[in-house]
Amino acid sequence: MTDVGAAFMAAIGLIAGLDAPLIEIVALSLQISLSAVAIACILGLPLGAAVTLGRFRFRHSAIVTLNALMGLPPVVVGLFVYLMLSRAGPLGALGLLFTPPAMIIAQAILITPIIAALSRQIIEDAWIEYEEQLRSLGAPPRRAVWTLIWDTRFSLVTVVLAGFGRAAAEVGAVIIVGGNIDGVTRVMTTAIALETSKGDLPLALGLGIILMALVLAANAAAYTLKEAAQRRFG
Amino acid sequence: MSLARRALLALLPFAALALAMPAAAEDKFIVVSSTTSTQDSGLFGHILPLFKAKTGIEVRVVAQGTGQALDTGRRGDADVVFVHDKVAEEKFVAEGFGIDRREVMYNDFVLIGPKFDTAKVMGSKDIAASLKKIADAKAPFASRGDKSGTHAAELRLWKIAGLDIATAKGPWYRETGQGMGPTLNIAAAMNAYLIADRGTWLSFKNRADLVVVVEGDQRLFNQYGVMLVNPAKHPHVKQERGMAFINWLTSPEGQRDIANYKINGEQLFFPNYRRAGS
Repeated sequence: MTDVGAAFMAAIGLIAGLDAPLIEIVALSLQISLSAVAIACILGLPLGAAVTLGRFRFRHSAIVTLNALMGLPPVVVGLFVYLMLSRAGPLGALGLLFTPPAMIIAQAILITPIIAALSRQIIEDAWIEYEEQLRSLGAPPRRAVWTLIWDTRFSLVTVVLAGFGRAAAEVGAVIIVGGNIDGVTRVMTTAIALETSKGDLPLALGLGIILMALVLAANAAAYTLKEAAQRRFG
Repeated sequence: MSLARRALLALLPFAALALAMPAAAEDKFIVVSSTTSTQDSGLFGHILPLFKAKTGIEVRVVAQGTGQALDTGRRGDADVVFVHDKVAEEKFVAEGFGIDRREVMYNDFVLIGPKFDTAKVMGSKDIAASLKKIADAKAPFASRGDKSGTHAAELRLWKIAGLDIATAKGPWYRETGQGMGPTLNIAAAMNAYLIADRGTWLSFKNRADLVVVVEGDQRLFNQYGVMLVNPAKHPHVKQERGMAFINWLTSPEGQRDIANYKINGEQLFFPNYRRAGS
């Protein structure tokens, strides 16, 4: 109990002190995870819709694969991206290893299947509801994709939040491709891992509390925004 | 959807990536792959700002076990390697992956164990006899098991103690497969003995019942070496800046700054660069 108490004190101390390195770490965490979510949405939402509406041969296998990829182990993604971006790897010339863009790439790979698989389910449900209507309007499939994404946008917010939650919480991928370099690639989760390895467990848990508060704040903001928009345009 | 819009959409991820790049990336940095002991002990936190103030070069440290740190150098993902496993380092240089290896400093390993000392080794100056006793008593022992410099040293010490640990090990010998810190955390939780570098031990906070039980044996000596990743193998290596760092570490000034790093008044690393015959 004393350790948990000390963790809360550490968290409060860190927040109250507006510790400059901490702010830097928090800002980098948000920058990386939000960029990854943006990329994953740009790739994942149309992919989810395409799998819903597409009439291709291996559609069922595609759905199963997409669902299975939601469980991609971060450490495997990290290792894969590491080998790709390493100087000895195929994309080594870009010199991206141990930089924030490498971390964004890894997280985007990790959460694109989540966005695609969950949005596919939501879009499919909406498609069942609107199919006749859209067909009777003679909308071409591509048109229908955008209509469906637009009509389910409020439900898709939850999908995006799920992706963000996963990105912000994972440590396995970013610690491999980022290297946890102080002031360059150190984010909340890798800082927690580092403090744990130094045996400063209260500080590690304190950072964890701050991370959870951040994710909570992001969710609250998204929820409020969604409610307001739904009232106005719903 | 018009072609232009589609092209724009396709480019968006790359635009997002570009935005995330550090603004006009200040290129004056080197990547050093090093060990968890130099980072977790706080040494880098002490000396790197001094080096940067003097040269303007930012040192980006990726802290890994010695085996992994050498591999990072071998792949060309670091400019400088700063580790502690002389045998592995000399092999790295012999294979042509590193050049200009220099010995920078040393500290020592210590045998850590629970203060109630199940294997009755407290205060001994003989690490080999102590390890033998631990194995005979089958007292819990935590090994890094991660091909780090400390792991290599531990395996050497078992051999000196006359034990073939690969066959002698039983449930009492637990390989954590993790860094020094996590292994100390595990040992603290199960009151195990372990070999640790003194630097990490001194800065480690979650000690529970662990104390130093054996120290001061010459065979616990722990030498650190630094080398440049061979630019002939990896042309992108920042030779000039990397050498600036190596030269600084081995200069009287760098050596003094290493000696000045203390925790609670205790010096952690002892500079020992020798120009000739090093």
